[in-house]
Formats: sequence, structure tokens, C-alpha cells
Amino acid sequence: MAKKIALPLTDRTLDELRAGDDVLLSGVIYVARDAAHRRMIEALDQGKPLPFDVKGQTVYYMGPSPAKPGQVIGSAGPTTSGRMDIYAPRLIAEGLKGMIGKGMRSRTVKEAMKQHRAVYFAAIGGAGALISKKIKKSEVVAYGELGAEAVLRIEVEDFPAIVVNDIYGGDLYEEGKARYRRP
Amino acid sequence: MPQREIDASSISQAVAGLCQEANYFLPPDVTGSLKEAAQSEESSLGREILKQILENAEIAARERLPLCQDCGCAVVLLEVGQDVHVSGGGIDEAVGEGVRRGYTEGYLRKSMVRQPFSARVNTKDNCPPVIHTRMVPGDRLKIVLMPKGGGSENMTRLFMLLPGQARQGVIDAVVRAVDEAGSNPCPPVVVGVGIGGTADKAVLLAKEALVRTLGQPHPDPEMADLEKELLQKINALGIGPQGFGGRTTALAVHVEVFPCHIASLPVAVSIQCHSARHRETVL
Repeated sequence: MAKKIALPLTDRTLDELRAGDDVLLSGVIYVARDAAHRRMIEALDQGKPLPFDVKGQTVYYMGPSPAKPGQVIGSAGPTTSGRMDIYAPRLIAEGLKGMIGKGMRSRTVKEAMKQHRAVYFAAIGGAGALISKKIKKSEVVAYGELGAEAVLRIEVEDFPAIVVNDIYGGDLYEEGKARYRRP
Repeated sequence: MPQREIDASSISQAVAGLCQEANYFLPPDVTGSLKEAAQSEESSLGREILKQILENAEIAARERLPLCQDCGCAVVLLEVGQDVHVSGGGIDEAVGEGVRRGYTEGYLRKSMVRQPFSARVNTKDNCPPVIHTRMVPGDRLKIVLMPKGGGSENMTRLFMLLPGQARQGVIDAVVRAVDEAGSNPCPPVVVGVGIGGTADKAVLLAKEALVRTLGQPHPDPEMADLEKELLQKINALGIGPQGFGGRTTALAVHVEVFPCHIASLPVAVSIQCHSARHRETVL
């Protein structure tokens, strides 16, 4: 049975979440993928403000397909998180508390999550049509010229996800695989 | 032998339709295989994931929404009958025009960028497609369109094995490629294996293997046996649906072979996500 979780994540929620938890997220999420991350890190390097305050927020690694007339957003499933591993520790240190994507994170990212109390959720890769139904609002907040790679602010209701990495060092990918591996 | 005329515009029209259909409708063999896995998977989380993947396919088909927001690089496999004459334009341009129209009119995501290692500016029409053309006897033109997602494509591996590594070497290489890919290519996956030829030929064979009907073993019993053993070993890895742990890491393994040089044993592994999209037509 999935747990309902309100965003932004609170300290108490972060304490409670465990790798393997099946959750339904509701609230505000910021969307950013490769190109937007590169620009955000450049902004930090130059001492410029980020396009949104990452403190306490959750970022979703995603680039939607175009919305049809009358739709909030097109298909909207996660992209591979590993490509954001080179940027993530910096944003986590800035106060980012949640990340949503798919696939394994590097050791550096996992250590940053433990150190700064952040969690990583997986959404179902390839379930973009299903996930689009959970997105109730979407607006471009920065880098609109990047098209599918722009930064979005979205509001979600009962967005299905699984906790992969919790603040205690739990890792569902490792634990799940070990449980079902045959010699 | 008289030539058969095919107008370039009819190729564009066919390709535009294939781009949309391939992105909205999961092939029935893939749906069937996912349904079987949703029954047999031991992990309850894995079964739940597979159910949601099937629900996603229903929503996509019903609403003509892309199955996945990554509508892929348009990979096109052409079989051109040598008695076909294409009039009114070049064949590659005609395919490109079809991709441009299909992706634009179908609200599909355009994911191609120019200058891969520098500016990476989106071409905004998902062009150019990647086209592989084979000449065959006859007066038909077969078009296979495979939208290939970036996440799974990045997990492609090429191993130039020593001939002495033989069958066990092939097995170890393929299992290693899938194991290291883990959760990244959106399992359960379809694994295409190309063995032999040159490096480029092996990778193409692996790609071509992905569009075979799932669950149809290779006609050569030796290859069919290898496919079976590879599937069993891959599903013993424990990766499972989406990498959360389970028995269903791959839905199928398809092997294609080609003769090779006395010094070589190339093995290529191409991985396709569970959204194993492809669609074909014959003009």
C-alpha cells in the first residue's frame, strides 16, 4: 500500500522514508534535466542566483513530449539520473532534499544524500503517459529556449514513485538485486 | 525486368504514419510478454510495476499519447527491392521528411541535437533519422521504424573477443553488459546480440535483432539454444522490473550471427527498454 507524501519534503518525512517504500507524491516539483543542470551549475560558479530556490525542494529529471491542445503536459516519465550525478552533489549541498529519476546514482551522490539528508525516488521509466495524468499544472520557470529541457514548475497529485536511496544509506537497487540474484 | 515506380511523397507519408503509430501503440508481442511477466514475477513490487507499465500502454493507445516522453532517435531499417525506382526525390530525404512530419504533427518529442560534443542545439524536427539500407531482390520497399530511446541506447556495448573465448566468452560478455546496465535501460529489456562480422556489422546485427517478434526463437537450433541460455542467465541476475529486484530482467534475447575474420570474434549488445517500439510497412 503506497504512502501519501506531501511536497516539499519535511524533516519528519525524510526521517520516515526508507528504501523500497512505495509512495504517492503530491505538491510542487521542479523539472530539470541535462542542459538545465549544466546552466544551473554555471550560475552557481558565477555567483548568480539559481532560477528557483532549491532549498527543501524536489527536482524531477524529465523532459516531456509536447502537450496537445488542452493538455497540461505531454508524456512525462523520468530520464536516466546518472547523467546528473556530476551536478547533483552541488545542488544537494545547496539544500535540495529530493530527486526523482530512474537508474543508479554514483557513490558521490549517495554520500551527499546521507551527509545532507536528501532522498532519491525512482519513477517508472517508460510510463510517461500514465505519469502525465498525475501532473495538474505545469509552467516554464527558466531556460524556455531549451524546449523539452527547460526548467518547469509542476504540481502533482498522487505521483507514483519508489524510494531508492534514503537518508540512512539504504539502496533499493542493491538490496532488491541481492534478494533475487541466483548464483 | 520492368522497374516499379514509388513516389518519394508516398515514402514520406508512410514514415510519418509509422513514427506516430510506433510511439502510441506497443506491439502486441511486447504487450503479451509483459502480461505473462506480470503473472509470473516473484517480486510483488515487480508485479505492480509491470501492471503500471501495461496501464501506461492502455492510456497511450486510447489517447494517442507517446508511450514514453523519449520518442527516440528515429532508426529506420530499409529493404529496397532492386527493381524499385524512387521518383520525385531522394529516398533518404523522403524518409527524413516523414520523420519531420510524423514527430511534429504527432506531438512527439524531438530529441536530436547538432554538434554532439559542443553546442548540442536541438534540430527541432527529430531529424536526421539514422537509416540503414539493404538492397534485396524484388520490387517492394520495406520500412521498419524503431524509435530508440537514449537511456537504453547508452547501454550498448561492443566486445572484440579473442576467438579462443568462444561460446562462454560470448555468454559472459552479454550477461556482463546487461548486469552493468542495471536499472538504467528501463528493464524488463529486450536484448539484441550481434555476433561476428566486423565491429560495425556486429552492432548493426544487434540492433536488427531488436525488431524480431518476441518469443520467436532463432531458426538455427544452436542460436536458439544460446538465446535460451542467455535469457536464463540474465534473469538470474536479480535486477528485475525497473531494477527494483525480481526475476524479469529481460523479456527476450535475440541473437543474430554473421561470418567473421579468422582473427576476430566481435560481440555487440544492443538493449531495448520495455517500451520496445517498432512498426513496419511494405510499399
